[in-house]
Amino acid sequence: MRPSNSSLLPLRSRFLGLRALPGSLHANTRSFAQVAQRRVLDVPSEDDKPFMVPIADTSFETYHFDPPSYSVETTKGQLKQLFRDMTTIRRMELAADGLYKERKIRGFCHLSIGQEAVAVGIEHAITREDKLITAYRSHGNTLMRGATIKSILGELLGRRDGIAHGKGGSMHMYAKSFFGGNGIVGASVPLGAGIALAQQYDDTGNVTINLYGDGAANQGQIHEAFNMAKLWNLPVMFGCENNKYGMGTSVDRASASTEYFKRGQYIPGLKVNGMDVLAVLAAVRHGREWIKAGNGPLIYEYETYRYAGHSMSDPGTAYRTREELQKERTNDPITSLKSKLIDWDIMTEDEIKAVEKEIRGMVSHEVQAAEQMPVPDPKWDILFEDIYVPGSEPAQRRGRTIDETIY
Amino acid sequence: MAAPRLFRPALASRLASTPLRSAFTKSCAPSFIRARGYASESGTKEVTVRDALNEALAEELELNQKTFILGEEVAQYNGAYKVTRGLLDRFGPKRVIDTPITEAGFTGIAVGAALAGLHPICEFMTFNFAMQAIDQIINSAAKTHYMSGGIQPCNVTFRGPNGFAAGVAAQHSQDYSAWYGSIPGLKVVSPWSSEDAKGLLKAAIRDPNPVVVLENELMYGQAFPMSEAAQKNDFVLPIGKAKIERSGKDLTIVSVSRCVGQSLTAAAELKQKYGVDAEVLNLRSIKPLDVEAIIASVKKTGRLMVVESGYPMFGVASEIMALAMEYGFDYLTAPAVRVTGAEVPTPYAHGLENMAFPQDDTIVKQAAKLLRL
Repeated sequence: MRPSNSSLLPLRSRFLGLRALPGSLHANTRSFAQVAQRRVLDVPSEDDKPFMVPIADTSFETYHFDPPSYSVETTKGQLKQLFRDMTTIRRMELAADGLYKERKIRGFCHLSIGQEAVAVGIEHAITREDKLITAYRSHGNTLMRGATIKSILGELLGRRDGIAHGKGGSMHMYAKSFFGGNGIVGASVPLGAGIALAQQYDDTGNVTINLYGDGAANQGQIHEAFNMAKLWNLPVMFGCENNKYGMGTSVDRASASTEYFKRGQYIPGLKVNGMDVLAVLAAVRHGREWIKAGNGPLIYEYETYRYAGHSMSDPGTAYRTREELQKERTNDPITSLKSKLIDWDIMTEDEIKAVEKEIRGMVSHEVQAAEQMPVPDPKWDILFEDIYVPGSEPAQRRGRTIDETIY
Repeated sequence: MAAPRLFRPALASRLASTPLRSAFTKSCAPSFIRARGYASESGTKEVTVRDALNEALAEELELNQKTFILGEEVAQYNGAYKVTRGLLDRFGPKRVIDTPITEAGFTGIAVGAALAGLHPICEFMTFNFAMQAIDQIINSAAKTHYMSGGIQPCNVTFRGPNGFAAGVAAQHSQDYSAWYGSIPGLKVVSPWSSEDAKGLLKAAIRDPNPVVVLENELMYGQAFPMSEAAQKNDFVLPIGKAKIERSGKDLTIVSVSRCVGQSLTAAAELKQKYGVDAEVLNLRSIKPLDVEAIIASVKKTGRLMVVESGYPMFGVASEIMALAMEYGFDYLTAPAVRVTGAEVPTPYAHGLENMAFPQDDTIVKQAAKLLRL
């Protein structure tokens, strides 16, 4: 078992430990293309025909839990979509980065560049009836839960047609079966357990994906939620997105144990290579079935990496080395999937380039659409709308002075 | 206002229970503090609020070995807002402690260390996150001295940015002055200028009670002249004393923290536009409140306006207006008015956000109306 605390070993070496590849002892000197196992794959010609693809046997680490199978069923269509989704999130986040630097986005803006495989892998393993809640690095999850790019960017720009009508900004976006980002570290986790309680109460047979960061993992209320989730057998999959840093603090400076998948003690856990979208997909699919079978909660840890700073005001360079960043970039979740798509004859390099170009164009179109959205009218009825459920508002709402009071 | 009467804050607070009595002159403060006023202009220097706070922390860490600071990112990252810059290098990891993101836990640890005789300074990255820990601040820190019948003191300082911050929406832009100001057992100060920041933070650290220091993120980068006296390491301001920032005869504007600057801007505009002289009173301290200074000013001007950025209901302004009714009704020539934050969770969009907090022209307009200009 590899100690996870403070280990910044290249994840790459773990990708390369493919089972069906004898003689790859010095795999870390070889490229993905070289190690890919096209010959053992039986890739169908149809886009929607299921087939199995391998997952590196170093993708999982378990805690009182059987790991998923080391091959996962997928289709050509899904593999292409995984690539599209991750690329779209990255382009969208890069667009947000640009808009922020143009000073069009205010306040907070936490980017998930580098962590796309987690949001995308999870979404492909669950249904829209399953619920999801996360913390403040939420743009990618919001998109995957069905929001449009322009509604997310519009929100970041504080526009009336943003997903929260300009009221919430970067950390507060909501959609169907998506209970938002949350600006308070750790606070979303008991909420996720509560959402799972509602699913159990209503006997929906679905699960709640309850995401938080390695920084939040030490908050007391998370452990309170663990206890009740297990005590009441709630259908919740806790998921620690371990991107190695809580703001500027590395995991080993914040956590007495950095094995976040074992932090539930009495709750089974699984550590997943969060840089491999297929590993995430396989793990969540597996865990979801286990929870749906009535086995109660799980604690997953997605080992991933944040390329950007904690937020836009943090350059993210003071507390880690350039070498570390470069090393992590060699594990890029999008690049590694791309290699597999090529090696498995799912897409050609040209097709990939065309998709990338198409997504770039699509995102910049969405940026334009978002920028054209009007800002909310600075009027009292717009300021005060939605504090309460429409129709149930108190008659009096007070502005800054007695003259700004609505009766 | 006369030169501020400087007390060791702990002693001043003992006398503050009946705010209107003029007992403050019976100081037991050491003579070197009492004798000192502000230095001449010549020795002043421009210092940012951030550096003033940093200086206060460094001086107190230097002077008192029982003092240490803990909080998120205070050490290696040099503070999320760089208020603790350089302190780790200077005082080492025993005195400057990075905590995990676990507010309830590290606040409890700070309070526990205070119960055991240390003088912790507990930094919240912002007071929004202190809500995770408010039980420890109120139930463990504020009440223990009373519950123990005076046996168990708790010399802890809670500090961090509070109130309005730009573009960060509802969960990160909120003023807690009224929340902490309502709690018996706590003292609450809220600086505006660099001198306020240094003098009040040092007073808070030295005070033997739990003290909440409500700073403001948007003030950190602002520079203010700092007198020669304030640059010294024995500079403290008394907790519970307001300061007249601008003298006037027509209207009293009572304000606190960032709104003091806005009130001064508004006062200048009132002078320029209408020729009226507004007096601007910087509260400095939320609890205890300097009722004496407020009423003295109202006596002079006959009109009272309170400007603060908290929610209007049950707020600092409501309290001051109630006190004005109780102690100053006869001096008022018009009903007192208030300018506050609007009753709304802080919206993200810029135009709406502006409407949720007092702006300079909100203050000017309301003052003009009060003065029937």
